[in-house]
Amino acid sequence: MNNEVTVRDESKRFIKFIIQEMKPRGKWLTPFNIISIPIILLGLVILYFRFVYGLGSVTNLSQEFPWGFWIGFDVVTGVAFAGGAYVITFVVYIMRVDKYHSIVRVTVLNGLLAYMFYAGALVLDLGRPWHIINPIIGNSFGLSSVLFLVAWHFLIYMTAEFVEFSPVIAEWLNWKKTEKFVKSLTLGAVILGISLSTLHQSGLGALFLMAKPKIHPLWYSEFIPILFFVSSIYAGLSMIIFEGTISHRVFKDLIDPKSHHSFDDIMLGLGKGAAITMFVYYFFKALIFIHGQHWTLITDGWGLWYLTEVIGFVLIPGFMYAFGVRNRSLSIIRIAAILSLIGIMLNRLNTSIIAYNWNAVVHYIPSWQEFVVTLMVIFAEIWVFRWIVTRMPVFKSSH
Amino acid sequence: MDRRDFLKTTAAVGATALTGKKLFAKEPLKPEEFVGVLVDTTRCIGCRECEMACGEAHDLLVPDVQNDNALEQVRTTSDEQWMVINRFETDKGDVFVKKQCMHCMQPACAAACPTEAMKKTKEGPVIWRGDKCMGCRFCMVSCPFDIPKFEYDEWNPKIEKCTLCFDRLQDGERPACVEACPTDALIFGTRTKLIEDARKRIYNNPDDYVHHIYGEHEAGGTGYLYLSAVPFEQIGFRTDLGTTPYPEYTKEFLYSVPLVLFGLPALLFGFSHLTDKETDDSE
Repeated sequence: MNNEVTVRDESKRFIKFIIQEMKPRGKWLTPFNIISIPIILLGLVILYFRFVYGLGSVTNLSQEFPWGFWIGFDVVTGVAFAGGAYVITFVVYIMRVDKYHSIVRVTVLNGLLAYMFYAGALVLDLGRPWHIINPIIGNSFGLSSVLFLVAWHFLIYMTAEFVEFSPVIAEWLNWKKTEKFVKSLTLGAVILGISLSTLHQSGLGALFLMAKPKIHPLWYSEFIPILFFVSSIYAGLSMIIFEGTISHRVFKDLIDPKSHHSFDDIMLGLGKGAAITMFVYYFFKALIFIHGQHWTLITDGWGLWYLTEVIGFVLIPGFMYAFGVRNRSLSIIRIAAILSLIGIMLNRLNTSIIAYNWNAVVHYIPSWQEFVVTLMVIFAEIWVFRWIVTRMPVFKSSH
Repeated sequence: MDRRDFLKTTAAVGATALTGKKLFAKEPLKPEEFVGVLVDTTRCIGCRECEMACGEAHDLLVPDVQNDNALEQVRTTSDEQWMVINRFETDKGDVFVKKQCMHCMQPACAAACPTEAMKKTKEGPVIWRGDKCMGCRFCMVSCPFDIPKFEYDEWNPKIEKCTLCFDRLQDGERPACVEACPTDALIFGTRTKLIEDARKRIYNNPDDYVHHIYGEHEAGGTGYLYLSAVPFEQIGFRTDLGTTPYPEYTKEFLYSVPLVLFGLPALLFGFSHLTDKETDDSE
């Protein structure tokens, strides 16, 4: 009897707490809200047309270009940008470099949300999304399919990321026992997460292996999976620098004063890591270029475009990172991060859209609706991110 | 970190890797049993009876061949037409070429499909199954012949492509297009027989044909086979597709998956053990 009362009281308090936390906080009319709310609403209207009248009603996809901006940017580029989580958990939990401990939580949260929203955007692009259950429940396993593999890895990886993040949720809810339990799962989840990331980051590249006759030879290589994997490391690191710089300003009050102190050191360390991986990536690119005897291909516009990507947005930001680390200049590192992210975007879009069916008579250009829906996905992710970091102990380092 | 952590990781990873076990099972490859169609382009007169028969048989667009002037431009298949006839002007006069799914022996579309909606049947036709397809269009990205077509203007879109009249074959009939052909330009049979027949034609009339059967080796071999009087690149064929079956291009990657899923966690576990100060044994 007595027990029952406490359980009821407890659950009442819990519901009250959740309702309290759901309420918006802070000012409503911020510039971000003023821009993002209309775009999210417009995006929802576009999605209504997309699901009622078909993909053709809002996208410029065609028989020659079955994959457009939603796959090429949202999924393929978005997942590369989210690579930071597996890199940082590797450094902190496997190599045990304590310096980065204070950014683990926010990086894992970013990774988790990026997968939920950007990989989730895949569902918007599916013609028959209600059948997405087929490859999951097992009545039709396409085991020879790279996409099957990638989809499964997304799902398991999201679970692993959730486990990694769950101590923060438990701490927020003040569930001591649960927190202790989920913390004990962290190392296992991290190891699983890194292994899965290795495979699906490269798997996104492997998606294009069978499109050999369609992709411009400067971007096609049997080593696409390795290139995608290596570049996802510096894509993730650059994203942490980019996103961390913004968070550091916007959520100043939430960040532990203790971690403020080492923020510059962390950024320099990440920049160093990015510089090294970028040089490795550039070396691979050069090897493939020389071995493939692609000299004759760089004389036309495509060649120029290729050189822009590889030199302008890989080699140059790589040197900028190295220079920024040497001179302890955060502003150079930030510019390098932005250039690297553009480079990743160019590379992924080139492989999946721009240099795909490069000799087609009518080339695909995304419709404005495709851009709006992409912006909607990004803004929705930021909303959820903001909601979580203003309520849960994300910027506090766990110990 | 303790043994429990290790077991948890191994169990989780193992469960994931299990889904990869069938990768090693080879697809049944009995080319001698696959059926196909031999297209002798030297016999085709461009009447497009096959186009009409195909439209009727599958409830698709039935073209008005008398008046639509469709031969004026080179067409491709669409979500309304599973096959089309194209005309090419060559130094040996007009040549008419039928275009449809090639029914590859090892189809890229079926290897790409995450739900096995695209399927190479044991009889030979490559078919699409709507109850499985989730509309990801990876088959379209992967097909070297650009054949699967998608209904972009439907809320419940289908992938449209030639099925080699799989339903008719099961009733013991021949494909509708073959049935309709008035000049025997289309011949239906087992692939082995068709190749023999094609070789015989080239051997008996060496001046009438280029000495190549398109589809014998292209993309690892296809169910549709073509004979021509002029080089194939002059009549709309891609001759740069290679002879490797397309699923081979992703095979190495897929084989590495179970290796990575078992090997990497062990390596990471070892690393994390080495760097753990609390388990320092030297004290």
